[in-house]
Amino acid sequence: MSREKPKSFQSLILTLHDYWSRQGCIILQPHDVEVGAGTLHPATVLRALGPKPWNAAYVQPSRRPGDGRYGENPNRLQHYYQYQVILKPNPENMQDLYLGSLEAIGLDLRTHDIRFVEDDWENPTVGAWGLGWEVWCDGMEVSQYTYFQQVGGLDVSPVAGELTYGLERLAMYVFGVDNVYDLPFNDPDSPLGATTYGEVFLENERQQSEANFHGYDVAVLKQQFEQMEQQVPLMLARSYQGKALVLPAYDMVLKASHLFNLMNARGAIAVAERASYIGRIRDLCKLCASAWVDQQEAA
Amino acid sequence: MPQLLLELFSEEIPARMQAQAAKDLERMAREHLAAAGFLPEALKTFAGPRRLTLVAEGLPLAQADRKEELKGPRVGAPPQAMEGFLRKAGLTQDQLVERDGVYMAFIEKKGRPTPEIVAEMVEAIVRNFPWPKSMTWGTKKLRWVRPLKRILCVLDREVVPFAIEGIESGDITEGHRFMGDAQPFVAKDFDEYAAGLEAHYVVLDVEERKERILEGCKTLCFARHLELVEDQGLLEEVAGLAEWPTPVLGDMDPVFLSLPSEVIRTSMRTHQKYFAVRKAGEQGLAPHFITIANIQAADGGAVIAAGNAKVLSSRLSDARFFWDEDVKVGFEPWLKKLDGVTFHAKLGTMAQRVERIVALAGEIAPLVGADVEKTKEAARLAKADLASQMVGEFPELQGIMGGYYARTFGLDGEIADAVRDHYKPQGPSDAVPTAPVSVAVALADKLDTLVGFFAIDEKPTGSKDPYALRRAALGVIRIILENQIHAELRPLAVKSLVAMHANLDSTRLHAIWGRIEYGGLVDSISDEDIQFLLQSYFVDRWLNFDGVVDDLQKKSKAAHGVVSPDSEVGTAVLKLHKPVGERIIDLAYLVERVRDPSKELSELTHENDVKHVRAEIENIPNIVAEKFSKDLRDFDSFFADRLKVTLRDQGKRHDLVDAVFALGDDDLVRIVARVEALDGFLKTDDGKTLMAGYKRASNILKAEEKKGALPTGEPQAPAAGSDAEVQLFDALRVLKAPLADALAREDFTGAMAQLAGLRGPVDAYLDGVFVNDPEHRDNRLKTLAAVRDAMGQVADFGLIAG
Repeated sequence: MSREKPKSFQSLILTLHDYWSRQGCIILQPHDVEVGAGTLHPATVLRALGPKPWNAAYVQPSRRPGDGRYGENPNRLQHYYQYQVILKPNPENMQDLYLGSLEAIGLDLRTHDIRFVEDDWENPTVGAWGLGWEVWCDGMEVSQYTYFQQVGGLDVSPVAGELTYGLERLAMYVFGVDNVYDLPFNDPDSPLGATTYGEVFLENERQQSEANFHGYDVAVLKQQFEQMEQQVPLMLARSYQGKALVLPAYDMVLKASHLFNLMNARGAIAVAERASYIGRIRDLCKLCASAWVDQQEAA
Repeated sequence: MPQLLLELFSEEIPARMQAQAAKDLERMAREHLAAAGFLPEALKTFAGPRRLTLVAEGLPLAQADRKEELKGPRVGAPPQAMEGFLRKAGLTQDQLVERDGVYMAFIEKKGRPTPEIVAEMVEAIVRNFPWPKSMTWGTKKLRWVRPLKRILCVLDREVVPFAIEGIESGDITEGHRFMGDAQPFVAKDFDEYAAGLEAHYVVLDVEERKERILEGCKTLCFARHLELVEDQGLLEEVAGLAEWPTPVLGDMDPVFLSLPSEVIRTSMRTHQKYFAVRKAGEQGLAPHFITIANIQAADGGAVIAAGNAKVLSSRLSDARFFWDEDVKVGFEPWLKKLDGVTFHAKLGTMAQRVERIVALAGEIAPLVGADVEKTKEAARLAKADLASQMVGEFPELQGIMGGYYARTFGLDGEIADAVRDHYKPQGPSDAVPTAPVSVAVALADKLDTLVGFFAIDEKPTGSKDPYALRRAALGVIRIILENQIHAELRPLAVKSLVAMHANLDSTRLHAIWGRIEYGGLVDSISDEDIQFLLQSYFVDRWLNFDGVVDDLQKKSKAAHGVVSPDSEVGTAVLKLHKPVGERIIDLAYLVERVRDPSKELSELTHENDVKHVRAEIENIPNIVAEKFSKDLRDFDSFFADRLKVTLRDQGKRHDLVDAVFALGDDDLVRIVARVEALDGFLKTDDGKTLMAGYKRASNILKAEEKKGALPTGEPQAPAAGSDAEVQLFDALRVLKAPLADALAREDFTGAMAQLAGLRGPVDAYLDGVFVNDPEHRDNRLKTLAAVRDAMGQVADFGLIAG
């Protein structure tokens, strides 16, 4: 693995993988259910809970159906990548480790202005919150840095530190690119030919935007949401080798959450209903979180 | 004498919490030191992005030894009492001394070494620090605002040894994160500490950081013939975001200068924390910005400037996008959107609020010399920009954007200004609107807020004022006083209440009516509807007259059981529903009529009701005033308190304000004029002497009142009285007409001058006349009462101190 400055989107990811791997993290792959943020990967939401140490890094495709712009906005995508690091318990030198990762991707900390600006993170759909910062590089938010205090309504103890890098935005900054679709996906000097981010994802943005805003049948989405909602407690009531089926149940919570996002993008959720939908998902998530903690503490 | 230096070094502390943290640290340290009997010669605290620091000068190395006297049980008290006392004192009985029948213990307390006390103090401070939000980290149970990394604690150059959850105290700290050698260094006292920080690129004192920022900005500006647009709030914030604040000037694409300057500044400030600049001596903004970096970059800041410029461009592109989208939409579609925006669950939607403000502003317009139609139109449009994309992004631009959009859409200038200014004044330093249309809308906006929250019992209590009602009331007071508007608040409050209920009830009644029409009468009225009908003041007044409320209550009870429409009970309920349903429809008409006076009454179903409704409509302000009499009283006294605060801030005596308030007038301009005249009068000799005379007269009256009711009626001319009696009688007689005249002209200084004429006669009367002479007591008491009453027309002198 080379440790030169990354030249492409994919080598930025590989550099981060290499860096966090060297720090001792396990390098995971994305979770295979649609999620709105890297945090929702069970490797963060569930593993943050319970007493066991856990240190992992992974890339997670994130879907925000309402953010689709048919590929016409240079900064906004309905499908993008987050780089996620979770360190539990957070090490004493976590800030230094984080700054090391910025140096690894080629940011000179004596030339750029890095600031930790207060930002209290919360995700009401999974009943999670924490304190930390937005990290600014020359005025641009390049990461979210959070010490988780609660997940699924339960105290996180020991505390897990979470880092989220918006990969496209970070890459645009590092490579000096103004339009996300112009990002070099692979090495621009590749013997097999250079490929841009647009060549990989532009068509996906167009089709998915249309589906998100007009394609999905609201009645079907609603029905699927309700089915998922009903299934979660049933799944949790089943067990294998004495353990409730919390992992499949959590996948269903994720599906419900994505279905909610799709309904929201379709404009099918009135302002007054929003809070109640979020509350329903949070309740499901809490069921999973407490079942998970019980299993972790029993083990 | 020894010096204590304490530094709590942590990860980045939110900027907004730093100033208070420095104060809290100082307060807690002073309390702990005082409790230990220490009074430091000097104590100072500092707060910055990564550290809280305290330095206290002049502490002894140990507490002085102390003697304590403890009072024990009486001699002969039960043995349990003695045992308890001995345990508490840590002594045996033979060590006690008997004094005056009580056992006394004399305990010599050895003074403790200061380091012990300091160690306890730091632990107590760290464990109880009142951060607005705190957290735990790693495996620790300790809470701090962000992870606490080091504690430096030295007393007289020696480390005070202790550990808090594994964090050991020491004499080591570190400097800037990225500049210098980034190595921890030793500091054994404050001088070494301050020098070390400076050498390691940390400015300890926030005031110095601010100075450094302003100086740096000015230097950058000067070189380019620019001026900094100063922004105190932003300065405070950025001074908490950098340990080595270094202004860097960057360029902004001039194409964005076509956006309103407020938009550019707000975008710079809220998103990016940049200062704006303008060309020296010019008004608009210049196409540059200043960001406050935390490092002095190796390249002089070129990379930082370029990076920030890019971020600003994308921010301003967003703002430009919002502007372009907004001007495509316009006010009418926004107003429709306000229908779906809840203002408050109990006070309806924004659209309903707008309707009320329109009605109230229309009432206020003639009082302030504003054109009624223009005022109503301005009020109708005032809140529209809340639905615009720009205000969605930058809520603090509400009003300002409305004003810009109104001008862009070619609306009347007075209307555009009123839309822009109707939130004003937003604080004590904000100007009040002066244009009549703006004044009317601004008053209506604030009164609707105040009256609404009072009516739903959301009054401010203590430090809690979530709807900023105090600010709204102060706004009303300032607008009225600074524009010299003669308007009584009470009738306006009643009008506002009428508008509030007409508008809220009407909407609700229409919904109920709709359900009845659509679903028929059976089961179409929910229990919630009934609760509403029972509580609405229109319904309450109107339905009660033939017992319909009772029927509704019965229906409510019946609805709790499962009742088949075919059953006997079901038929009865059905019968009951018919008149109820019709009444509700009529009620909807009634309320509609209040809302819109042009509505015909003939649409009412019951002829009887038409008569009744006619009478009711006339009577509505009285009904409202009666139903909400308590809220209105609270409203009055809330305003009185706010006005007192305002006047006191202007240096007016509190008791004079009370004396004038006691008259029950609620024309603010008149109240202030009275207070001012009174203040002037009491500074004159006449005023002081008359005041003393008033007190004497009033004391006599009070004393006599205790013996029995005072005689009432006008005093008679003294038949054969002394000169003093005749003089006072004449003075009172002569005074009457000119006093009334001056009061009618609201010439309070003139009225006071008239009262001054009483000074001599009152003094002579009190000195020379024996009031309680049995023969003349009655008439003499009437005379004194006449003095009190005459003066009472100007103020209640009894409430004036001194």
